[in-house]
This record gives sequence, structure tokens and C-alpha cells, in this order.
Amino acid sequence: MGWNQRLGGGSGVWLFRRTPISERMMLSKGLKRKREEEEEGLAVDTWWLDPGHPAVAQAPAATAASSSLFDLSVLKLHHSLRQSEPDLRHLVLVVNTLRRIQASMAPAATLPPVPSPPPAPGVADSLLASSDAALSASMASLLEDLSHIEGLSQVPQPLADEGPLGRPTAGAPPSLGALDLLGPATGCLLDDSLEGLFEDIDTSMYDSELWAPASESLKPGPVEGPGKEETTPELDEAELDYLMDVLVGTQALERPPGPGR
Amino acid sequence: MAGAGGGNDIQWCFSQVKGAVDDDVAEGTSRKEAQVMLLSYVPACELQGLRFKPIHYSVGGRFTKPRKLYRVDLSRNQLGDREKVRHFDQATKDLVTQCLRTGQFKRTSSSSGNKIQSHSRGEYNVYSTFQSHEPEFDYLKSLEIEEKINKIRWLPQKNAAQFLLSTNDKTIKLWKISERDKRPEGYNLKEEDGRYRDPTTVTTLRVPVFRPMDLMVEASPRRIFANAHTYHINSISINSDYETYLSADDLRINLWHLEITDRSFNIVDIKPANMEELTEVITAAEFHPNSCNTFVYSSSKGTIRLCDMRASALCDRHSKLFEEPEDPSNRSFFSEIISSISDVKFSHSGRYMMTRDYLSVKIWDLNMENRPVETYQVHEYLRSKLCSLYENDCIFDKFECCWNGSDSVVMTGSYNNFFRMFDRNTKRDITLEASRENNKPRTVLKPRKVCASGKRKKDEISVDSLDFNKKILHTAWHPKENIIAVATTNNLYIFQDKVN
Repeated sequence: MGWNQRLGGGSGVWLFRRTPISERMMLSKGLKRKREEEEEGLAVDTWWLDPGHPAVAQAPAATAASSSLFDLSVLKLHHSLRQSEPDLRHLVLVVNTLRRIQASMAPAATLPPVPSPPPAPGVADSLLASSDAALSASMASLLEDLSHIEGLSQVPQPLADEGPLGRPTAGAPPSLGALDLLGPATGCLLDDSLEGLFEDIDTSMYDSELWAPASESLKPGPVEGPGKEETTPELDEAELDYLMDVLVGTQALERPPGPGR
Repeated sequence: MAGAGGGNDIQWCFSQVKGAVDDDVAEGTSRKEAQVMLLSYVPACELQGLRFKPIHYSVGGRFTKPRKLYRVDLSRNQLGDREKVRHFDQATKDLVTQCLRTGQFKRTSSSSGNKIQSHSRGEYNVYSTFQSHEPEFDYLKSLEIEEKINKIRWLPQKNAAQFLLSTNDKTIKLWKISERDKRPEGYNLKEEDGRYRDPTTVTTLRVPVFRPMDLMVEASPRRIFANAHTYHINSISINSDYETYLSADDLRINLWHLEITDRSFNIVDIKPANMEELTEVITAAEFHPNSCNTFVYSSSKGTIRLCDMRASALCDRHSKLFEEPEDPSNRSFFSEIISSISDVKFSHSGRYMMTRDYLSVKIWDLNMENRPVETYQVHEYLRSKLCSLYENDCIFDKFECCWNGSDSVVMTGSYNNFFRMFDRNTKRDITLEASRENNKPRTVLKPRKVCASGKRKKDEISVDSLDFNKKILHTAWHPKENIIAVATTNNLYIFQDKVN
């Protein structure tokens, strides 16, 4: 579910439609919770404590379980982002927890691969490396979008400390400029008169399938591709390309506007 | 004195329960409706001033159910006789009969006769139900705005009508609840059923008069405060000036005047310039009960900021910051989540404030910022289960808390339909359960105990058998009496202390 997008160039009204986060998050498709690891982890009282804690032994089990907690958190984040209007508190808390887990897992990445550490931390590392970029990218873009939502829907308040656009951000899509024309002049964009213009337009053509063929020509992103295919075999190539295109396509949308905006 | 006895000198009795019999809520079945249901207090027969003397006493003077009553009219300083009962109006007679029949009464004796007193204080009956918010559709975002109500706050009563503020995620409404017990009759141009009369048929004129009618309670929306919040409203709080109020969402707090709906002042804004840097949200906000320039707001990181509106128009800089340093021995990945404050409430006196985080209730002295003066563990046995609670999202549950009228006892909810009270003076605490099993009126509630680990004693419940779907998030304490309201998923329970 996203917003209805109407590419109505003539009317000058741009609304946004964004592909569901599930199609953008690299990790969503193939990520399965490692139930066995998790159950094992739950049996141990303190495995999920901060690894810096003296009570926690630096056991491989702890790291593996950290990794599954990481996966769980990513799933939660994913689920939260998928909501039509995400609960900001839930989102922020999950993201902060994820950052804590990442921070605690990061030292494992620097360990030499030869001695004792089992494969699990290695998997976690590549997941970490690849997911971090995707995670940040998705989080960043979502939070940017949230601020754009605000910019679009904010009724001008005479005493508010910000104008209808909110605080301008680098990633503001070009369409906001057109919307700006409408915003202050007509006040609330939720007027019935405006809404009436769109009532008869069928929006089904603007469903997500539109994105796939249009973005095939775009180059796939440089970072995630090879590493991902090795570590998450559940993602097949077609899905991978598609996700990459969507990611890059979305990022293209958020290119900073040219001068004069 | 109400409330002074403390949580443990009081014996809490079941009084009423309202709601569905089935307390379970299946995920995603019913919409959360925005119905506001008002209950009004119906006092038990107030027979003060009336004394009834039974005609016959049994041997030894013990009270038996009187076969006949007569009234002692103290104002006239006479002992009445049977004949006087006939002079009561029917309503009084019915009332007395009903009270005696229900057995709610006991007798106290004095030299001038027997007085009949009620066992209980009365009960709460449904007074009015109305739909507060309608579901809306945000066209810009193609999102449905749920009509579920997040908060309700009463305004202080100024006249015969009651006023309350109710809010959903985006819009706050001021409702006026008024009673109508008279209606005009005898219009010249309108029939009694509302049809209009042909003026030519009117031959004489009469003056319409007000005649009594069955009590009707009307709820009408008086103000709608909309379009000021981008994020979800989590709190509303009425100022002690009774003219303004604040509304808080995840990132901003706005100040409103109750009479003005088309604008509000933004007084707190914690939205970062770059949303990527967002790490903290506002979770609750409240005005000080006495200082009309002071308010507090809590955050998801466990901090409380006290702000003075006289300092500047935008209160982004706090006057005081209340934060307890993290206990290093309890540090975990979930430290931040469990420190997130779900509710903040000033004491009635205004000297203290109480915060509720996931595992504890903390009382803060407004003069001391670096740590709370009192901390009460609500369900410490959950600390070892945080991972499971994170998995099933229970760790994000937002529990509220409340003070009793004299600020001596605080109360909050927990899981398994348990709720907890902490007596600040005696330092004792009690766990009670809201359950339909003990639903005979005046049944004294038995204290419950959760067994954290090890051998479970009789009547204890082990942590693993707690039902985490049965949570008590909302509780309220009558400002003057020892009457509490406790909300489970689908039911509202009212408990009173045992009247001796």
C-alpha cells in the first residue's frame, strides 16, 4: 500500500506512489528466522546481553544468537515500515536496537577467519555489510518520505515555525515544486473540489508492476549484488535484479533538485 | 478519609463489570471504534436525614428486617408513627423498598432510632454513549485515519453541562454533554409530533410551557481541532488556566485555546532537520496541575523534560531534564526499549510526577533531576523474558499509571489482567486481578502472586503461564473516593473498598 500516484503533468498536481518497502529491502525476500538458533538462544539467560557485559562469555553461540536477534529486528523494522502509517515510536526503538546489535556484532567482522569462529559470524558479517547499506538506504528514504508527507499535507499555520514544505531536505523530489504552487495558495489540499477531479480516474494502472519494466534499463547498484547472491541463495537472479532496479529507481527519484528550487 | 488508608489497609471489592463476556480479542477482527461511553454514578439510597424505626424489635435489640417502617422526621423533632409513611411520595417509598430488598443496607443504631446506611456507595450506570470520531480518509496519503480514540480528558465543570476532550490520531474534539429533562410543549404552529400546523387553523394563542420529561443526555461536538498534527497524537492535557490545552504527537507539542480551532501554537518540536537523525520521539505530555506555565514531556529514551512557557515561545530547551543513569548490571540490547516512558502523571499536589516505563513506576520530585525519589517494580520477573516479549511485540505495550486522591498510593496495570498498587507510605504493594470469576458484588479481591522461578507455592502463578494477551493498560482512581476503574481488553471493571 502506498500513496496514489498520478502523473498528471498538465494539472501540476503530483502525488506520490511508492513501491512497498518489501520490494526495496534486499533482505526481505529471503530472510527466514533461524528458529533453531533462536530457541537455543532463549534457553540461555544472558546471551542477548551486551557482549561487553562481563557476564556474557564470548561464545560463538552468543554471536550466532545476536545474529538471529538482528534478523528478528530487521523483520520487525520491515514489518513496521510496511504499515500504511508506521508507528514512529516503534520504528525508532527498533532502529536504535538494531544499531546496538550492529555495533556489538561489528567487532566480529574484524576477527581473522581461520581460527575458531564458526561460519555463523561470517554469514552475519556479509549480511551486516550488505544489509547495512540497504537498511540505511531504506530507512533514510522512508524517513525522508515521511518528512515529505508532512510537507505535502501540512496546512499552513500562521504561527508555526515552518512553512508548508517543512524543512527542505536534499532529497526533495522535483514534483514538490509544483505542489508548492498549490499549497499556500489554496490552503488545505484536501478540498473536495480538488478531490473531485480525481474521482473518475482509474488508478489500477499505477500499481507496482509498472515499475518493473520501466526500470529494466537502469544499471544495477554496485554494492549489494554479488555478495547477496552468495549468502542468500533463496533470492533468485530475477528477483534480485528487480529489487536492485527498484532501489536504484527510487534513489533516482530522490536526486537533489536542481538550482532554483 | 478516602485514599488515606493506603493500598493495603483497604480491602478491595468487586463492584461492577461492563463489557463483553469474552475478554479475548482476535487479531484484526473488529475495528477499534470511537465510541465514548459515559457512566454516571448513581448513589445508593441516600437516606440521610431519614430514620426508620422498625415497629418490632426482636429480643435483645438486634436488628431484624422491619416489617413496617415509619419515619422519624428529625427536623420536626418528633417521633413519627406508622401514619407518616403514607405521606411519603411514591418515589421515596419505592426507593426504600428497593434498598431494603436488595439487602444493601445495614442498620446502625443510636438513641434516636435506627439509621439505615448503605453497604456500598452506589454504582455506575451507563449515562450516555456517542460516537466521537468518524473514520476519515487522508486523500493525500491514501491512508485511512482510524477513528479509535487515543485519549479522553475531562474539563473542570463550570456549569450544569460536562465538557470533555477526546482525540484520535489526528483530530481533537471538544464535546459538551448536557442533560435535558424538560421539553417545551404547547407550540401554536407545531404539533406535538413535530408536524407544522396550518396557520389558518389557529384560532387561539397559547404560551408554550416546559414540562418534565424522561432524562435525555445529549452529547454535541462543540469544537473540532484538526489539521495540526502530522504524526500520531499520543497525549492531551488541559491547563490549569482552564482556557488552554496541549496536544502532543511523536515529534511536536501544540498549545491550543479551547475557543479557537483554526490555529495552535507549536511549543515543542524535536523533529531533526534530517529525518535520518531521528532517534527519539515524544511519548507523553502533561501540564502541571497548578502552574499554568509549566508542562512536562517524556521520551522514548526514558527522559522527562520540564518546560516553562515563559522562557521562550518555542520550548525546545528544557528547564529541567529528569533522567536516571542506566544501571550497568542490567544493560542489554533492550535497555532503551524498556526505558521508554509510556505515561507521565503529576501528583495532585503538583510536587511529584510519576512515570511508567516497561518494568517499573518511578516517582520524581520536581526539585531533583538526577534520579527518582521512589522506584517500584511492577513485574521484575519479566526482565529475563525480554527477548520473547520483544519477539511478540509485548515489550512495546504502553501502560498507564495513576495516583489516588491523596497521592499516597499509585496504581498501574500488568499482564494476565493483573494490576498493581503501591503504597508510598507503608511501602507495601499488592497485586490484584480483574476477572469475571470473582464477580459477586462485595466479593473481596484476593491478592495474587507471581512466582518468578523455582518452586511454585500454592495459589501462585508461574511466569510462563501468564497470559500476555490479557493486559491492563488503563486504570483510573476516583479523585475523592476509593473507587477504581480498571480496563481489560473488552471490559471495564469497577472496584470499591469495603465499606465497614
